[in-house]
Amino acid sequence: MMKSDMKLITDEGKRLDGRGPHDLRKIKIDAGVLHRADGSCYLEWGGNKVLAAVYGPREAVPRHTQNPLRAIVQARYNMAAFSVEDRKRPGPDRRSVEISKVISEALEKVILTEQFPRASIDVNIEVLDAEAGTRCAGLTAAAVALVDAGIPMRDIPVSCAAGKIGGHVVLDLGKEEDNFGDADLPIAISPRTGEVLLLQMDGHLTVEEFNQAFDLALKGCQTVSEIQKQAIMQKYQSVAAEVQE
Amino acid sequence: MTIVPVIKRDYITKLAEQGKRIDGRTFDSYRTIDIETKVVNKAEGSARVKIGNTQVLCGIKMDIGEPFPDTPATGVMSTAAEFVPLASPDFESGPPRENAIELARVVDRGVRESQVIQLEKLCVSPGEKVWLVFIDIHILDYDGNLFDAASLAALAALLTTKVPVSRFIKTLNEKERASWQEQLKDIYRIPGVDEVPFGADETSTDKKIVENFPLPMIEPPISCTAVKINDFVLFDPCFDEEIIADARLTVATDNKGDLRAMQKGLSGSFTREEIQKVIKGALDNGQEIRKKLNQCLGK
Repeated sequence: MMKSDMKLITDEGKRLDGRGPHDLRKIKIDAGVLHRADGSCYLEWGGNKVLAAVYGPREAVPRHTQNPLRAIVQARYNMAAFSVEDRKRPGPDRRSVEISKVISEALEKVILTEQFPRASIDVNIEVLDAEAGTRCAGLTAAAVALVDAGIPMRDIPVSCAAGKIGGHVVLDLGKEEDNFGDADLPIAISPRTGEVLLLQMDGHLTVEEFNQAFDLALKGCQTVSEIQKQAIMQKYQSVAAEVQE
Repeated sequence: MTIVPVIKRDYITKLAEQGKRIDGRTFDSYRTIDIETKVVNKAEGSARVKIGNTQVLCGIKMDIGEPFPDTPATGVMSTAAEFVPLASPDFESGPPRENAIELARVVDRGVRESQVIQLEKLCVSPGEKVWLVFIDIHILDYDGNLFDAASLAALAALLTTKVPVSRFIKTLNEKERASWQEQLKDIYRIPGVDEVPFGADETSTDKKIVENFPLPMIEPPISCTAVKINDFVLFDPCFDEEIIADARLTVATDNKGDLRAMQKGLSGSFTREEIQKVIKGALDNGQEIRKKLNQCLGK
């Protein structure tokens, strides 16, 4: 079977999973789901299931990693062995090390690290079920977990991808679209200012297509940002209700 | 460890003298157990188990590979546990440490030695190809008693596992297919049905029933763990109880009320009477947990 010839999108703009070109997959976010972590978040994004937990600010060890002027942000993206079609060997590989790095850097930009010299803020992202777009899901979940942990931030970062399939620019690539599409453009932004915190692209886009995809991803980010805020509000409201009891 | 466990130890033993525990339970009762299966779509089987605040996720992946030379017609299982740093401030990333290896081995033994998975029925072609079963355990939230949570998660995940025949059928040649079909006849004797349903095969012209099969399993034993603090025996220790415990004993019992596995841990000791107390508690709690597991599996 020649899967690369698979028709990913119809001429009417209908995609394999029935979405239109500008539709996101279904997203569900729960804040504060873990007991031991300082902050946590469970996120489902289409077929992705991601759990993020924040520990800190706490003393950075080993000590040579400490920065006397600000906190370091250490995100660790990890995929469960059973999260993908063929079992993944446990432990970090080159891909997850890279993703951990770009996510750390994106989060570092919005966290008020200067308030916590010599400290470390550890963000652990576990991908439990994977179906394209795990880095966006991971970063989005990490942001909510940071809020849940009460880490001071300039903004709540958010991430979303756009891409190109069968000649059409579309939002939020699904599994087949990611594997057999033409291009993928994940970004993360600070939604209040529009600053870009993460940007990666693979595939082939014209400048015109890039601009379209980028604008589409920005819009996607704003939508996801609202869902993040609702999740956080819901957590606060449930805590408030508990206190009143 | 610091001063905190010392203070907690005082508090926990004082309560225990009055017959109480920090979370209000009796000595031999468990926290609320919650089992949810089929939580990971990409896995062949999966389960999330919560015992109180402790949360463990187990996923099963299967593959076809070479058997061990000394057991050419037997499937292969392996168990790994990841203490991901998400679950506790004390867990660090990196290769598995002592505690992760011990946990994986105890869970592995529980499944392997009681022959819960009928590995002899997972041979595709003797000496060449057998099914590999990977049990991967992820600790998500650590509030004590990982042994019971991880064992239960592994069992629940295995009991919902479907052998992914449809994904691998294309990798088999004619001989291997025939051999596997013979195996299947043996495994899933369906009265009145001669033709054993075979795996999904998109290239085949005759469309047989297209289905993946449940992993061949027998009724599993259930593990229950108790710890000893001074002279008190407490079942299902939470984190605070576990870190000050003198000794730990895990007992696995089957549905006939027989003992199937035991493991003692930590540097303290048990008396004969205490061991009997743990066995009795393991039988009682084991029944309850078995009921819950069956309920969750819709039996």
